[in-house]
Amino acid sequence: MTNRLADIQQQLMGTFIEEAVEALTQIESGLLALEKCQDDPGRIHELVNDVFRAAHSIKGGAATFGLTQVAEVAHHAETLLDRLRSGSMKPNAQITSLLLTSVDALRALVQWSNAGDGSDAPSTGELCKDLDAAAQQLGGSSEREAAAATKPASEAKKTHYRIKFVPKPDMLTTGNDAVRLLRELTLLGDTKVSVDSARLPELRELELTKCYLGWTIELEGTVTRAQIDEVFSWVDDDAEINIEELVATLTPSMPALPKVERAHDPVARGPEHGADRDGGGSIRVGVGKLDMLMNMVGELVITQSILGEIEGDGPIEAKRLASLRDGLALLARNTRALQESVMSLRSMPIGTVLSRFPRLVHDLSRQLGKQVELKLSGQTTEVDKTVLEKLGDPLTHLVRNSLDHGIEKPEVRRARGKPETGTLSIRAFHRGGDIVVELEDDGGGLDLVKILSRAKERGLVGQEDVLSDDQIRELIFAPGFSTAEVVSDVSGRGVGMDVVRRNIKAIGGHIQMSSVLGQGTRTTLRLPLTLAIIDGQLVGVGSYTYVVPLLSILESVEINRSRVSQFEGKLPLYRLREDLVPIVSLGGVLGVTSGRISLDSGLLVVVETDGERLGLLVDELQAQQQVVVKSLETNYEHVEGLAGATILGDGSIALILDVQGIARLARSARNASVGRAA
Amino acid sequence: MEQPGSTKLDGSNTASANEQLLTFIVDGEEYGVDILRVQEIRSWSNPMPIPNTPRYIKGVINIRGDVVAIADLRERLGLPKLEYGATTVIVVLRVNVGGNERVMGVIVDAMSDVTNVPQAAIKPPPTFRSSAEGGLAKGIVTLESKMITILDVDLIFDVSSTSLVPAA
Repeated sequence: MTNRLADIQQQLMGTFIEEAVEALTQIESGLLALEKCQDDPGRIHELVNDVFRAAHSIKGGAATFGLTQVAEVAHHAETLLDRLRSGSMKPNAQITSLLLTSVDALRALVQWSNAGDGSDAPSTGELCKDLDAAAQQLGGSSEREAAAATKPASEAKKTHYRIKFVPKPDMLTTGNDAVRLLRELTLLGDTKVSVDSARLPELRELELTKCYLGWTIELEGTVTRAQIDEVFSWVDDDAEINIEELVATLTPSMPALPKVERAHDPVARGPEHGADRDGGGSIRVGVGKLDMLMNMVGELVITQSILGEIEGDGPIEAKRLASLRDGLALLARNTRALQESVMSLRSMPIGTVLSRFPRLVHDLSRQLGKQVELKLSGQTTEVDKTVLEKLGDPLTHLVRNSLDHGIEKPEVRRARGKPETGTLSIRAFHRGGDIVVELEDDGGGLDLVKILSRAKERGLVGQEDVLSDDQIRELIFAPGFSTAEVVSDVSGRGVGMDVVRRNIKAIGGHIQMSSVLGQGTRTTLRLPLTLAIIDGQLVGVGSYTYVVPLLSILESVEINRSRVSQFEGKLPLYRLREDLVPIVSLGGVLGVTSGRISLDSGLLVVVETDGERLGLLVDELQAQQQVVVKSLETNYEHVEGLAGATILGDGSIALILDVQGIARLARSARNASVGRAA
Repeated sequence: MEQPGSTKLDGSNTASANEQLLTFIVDGEEYGVDILRVQEIRSWSNPMPIPNTPRYIKGVINIRGDVVAIADLRERLGLPKLEYGATTVIVVLRVNVGGNERVMGVIVDAMSDVTNVPQAAIKPPPTFRSSAEGGLAKGIVTLESKMITILDVDLIFDVSSTSLVPAA
């Protein structure tokens, strides 16, 4: 019994920690926003309230779980925040930076208690003293002035709601009138109403007594949630109502900061604490999505029973065959819908990763003595969780690079006739089945001359080599390359861009850089929508089927004996137009056929890895299809040459090849055999 | 989906002093594993071989959408090979390798029984044996006429101890 209690405690603790991390991110964004809107009292009030609430919930939770230190720091921060909230103090840079330090301390404490590894707790005594001192010292002086400022602030406090109102078809029969409800809402404040007519059936199917429309109402004004609820109190059961408070009142001057909604932010935990206790982590999912999923599973069960009825003894006559076909079509439709909605569960807005950057840029630019404005857009672009998790570190690297090497110091910028404040924009959007993340700065750009001379200095290229611009640009991705004159705390250790590129490649993406000297640099990352499903070419080797990722295939050709030559009598090469492509027997590498290559028949799948071509010899090409990637690591180990496995239509398993690994395997097998021969 | 952790992997049954074993036959001998570690028993199906793995790992099979590796217990124990036939079964186990909970299968000649064994009757494995046996046993028990070797399921798939398997 005690065991169970401990389990529950453990679970609740996990939830608390996730929520605390979320709340800390919220506080952070709030504080950073606060710095930027010094002259908008209404907005300040709103932000301080948000921050205060988040700090308060951390304090409450921490006290419940006996995390006294967390509770203490949160309490002191709260005291300071309370002074801001009551208006007896105005936020300034000093206070926000102190509060940001508290956020860091709280985050460290939360992580420390999560790790539970018996190490010493980070010390916080000093911080608490500082917080108290700030709350007292600054308190009295500006009280009057601030009090004056708060009054208009609370009056000007407007809230912004988005209300989705979708009546059930038979709402009208219960005597409710949608028009009346809408009219009532307009009395509460400024409204913008848009109608959703998607449910409207064709004219001949239209039933006059049914309501097919839905509305989205944007309501702005001094309205409380209770007032809105009251309007809808009679139609609660007859309609779907979704009231959402939009926190960021749409003030164009303010870059809307991403509001982190998911509990599990893989990034906020910090890389050093990446050792997740529960392996997979968790995602917070809207009830609507779950309901939808439940409905689809219901549909699936119905389809199954339809198909079950068809089953029976005796020959299948035409009528049964027809209903069998119908059933199968239904099944196909349901399965696809189910797949799509499960995929949507796995995806999260990219904002969860981007939300770390305002703080990073804020701190870094200060540290470097630069002025940088960060512009984020497309935070709601949804990306598969697996991709998202691996995106954080490369992006951080790029942002750091841009601030350190790209954007110049204010005096330099002035001399070059640019505004003193540099701009770094990060945009995320979908394009052609990919996610694109673009980082653009208006800094110095890539100095090709400097890059080349540095590369020569480092011995990456020969002194006399002549390189094209593209080749020079490519050099920054070379391992051990860095142009920073001083190895700073920020970057310049020469482990930057090659690691970034490798990480991006590891998630199936591409990185591209373009730059104009003196005007800026643009880095474009193209990422797959998901890692869970890839386009694959099924190939047959012996009696087995393998999947080659379509992305890495250049072409497939039928082998022509006369085009094969044996290099030095050992390495078979295929003459493909102008190129010579080494032939690798896939069956030999994978150990399912004897290593001997018969070159008289078969097909050559020409793949490219690391700029190198390789011809994989297979017995047959089968279908091209999307396959669901299953990790081999879940129940086994990582296997060189394999990216995972998938399950084919007949329930059998096909292994998905990692072309790069296959090339490595082939090379080492060749080395071994050469070694034996010698 | 199996809920990992629904049964604790180290769940030695403290309530009773009995241990329940699932026993099976390999090369005429009876072996047993803690029944709480058994997820299911499946008939033989052809696995998809995985390249560059220890010889006794026969490949992976599909268990309701999970990709599960299976090991031949005969080869793991360094015993002669046997053609897979009608009685060949795969015992699907929940194992703990290097701190990770995994699902893996072992191929055995035939199923035998479910046996209750008083814990007091379990004796440590004899120290006098060759390393070729792999050292997979965690105990041995004698019941009436038969002897059951109790296997430590975590060690079966511990690839790091592969060197114990003699090259055939």
